[in-house]
Amino acid sequence: MEYIFGTWHWTISGFLIGVTMLILTYFGKTFGMSSNLRTLCSMAGAGKFTDFFKLDWREQKWSLSVVLGAIVGGFIAYHFLSNGTGVSLNTDTITQLQAIGIEAPNGKLLPDAIFSIETLQTPKGFSILLIGGLLIGFGTRYAGGCTSGHAISGLSNLQLPSLVAVIGFFIGGLLMAHLILPLIFKTT
Amino acid sequence: MKLARFFLTGVLFGIVLTKAEAVSWYRIYEMFHFQSFHMFGIIGTALCTGIVGLQLIKKKKVKDFNGFPIKIIEKERGFWRYVIGGTIFGLGWALVGSCPGPIFILLGTGTYAIAIVLIGALLGTYIYGLLKDRLPH
Repeated sequence: MEYIFGTWHWTISGFLIGVTMLILTYFGKTFGMSSNLRTLCSMAGAGKFTDFFKLDWREQKWSLSVVLGAIVGGFIAYHFLSNGTGVSLNTDTITQLQAIGIEAPNGKLLPDAIFSIETLQTPKGFSILLIGGLLIGFGTRYAGGCTSGHAISGLSNLQLPSLVAVIGFFIGGLLMAHLILPLIFKTT
Repeated sequence: MKLARFFLTGVLFGIVLTKAEAVSWYRIYEMFHFQSFHMFGIIGTALCTGIVGLQLIKKKKVKDFNGFPIKIIEKERGFWRYVIGGTIFGLGWALVGSCPGPIFILLGTGTYAIAIVLIGALLGTYIYGLLKDRLPH
């Protein structure tokens, strides 16, 4: 049962993510999560301000269904398929995180230092979440895709633009993880 | 119900990403610090599965669910949009540890704070829509 309730091995996880992409291809669609953000903007009426959002969101109902399913999937996995062992990190990572004031996971998926309700109510905590979201939303639409659209769908189809995008993901990620995060979370 | 199969595919995706811990801020942090193989293994295996699967679909000219030929859309040509947009996304990915899929999935795990990230992501998408024609692509 450990195989189900503990952390899923990367071979199983990776295989099933690939299969998810192939299933959507078989359904005649393209796997990609960030385009839903555009659809949601259109539904909220953003088409009144710029043509980029003038699209018929009803054609994207299939994709919004995937999103709804993903939310339910997260709920099921979290409540019924977990034994609370959670993320296990190597000790170097834990020491490094503690130096910037982020606690060890101890069975949690996310650090309280960033995601707790208390943190959310501080100006700094709120700003980090909002700015992170802004960068994700702006960047994925500019690059025309995210991890699912480029790193999985695009690279699987051996697309050069997707390779360039994924290299970009890593340039940004490495800059943030190594240079900017330590500045943001420097313990005072 | 026409949408049920998409909903169920989403459920599979949500369960897998949660159990793989690809929705975990910690996993993204350790990936960018090269301190674990876990995330690289996941992306690598997904890619191998995807490459083999798509090649088979193309070679065997597999028909889709509705009996139509499967068309796999090529990405638009371009360079700057992929480098700059990719880098901006990477900054956000490493900051809050979630890409768009996990943002939605984490809503399901009951993480209220992720709603702020979602609002930010919607705003970011909207700002891109406003500036699109003035940006290099």
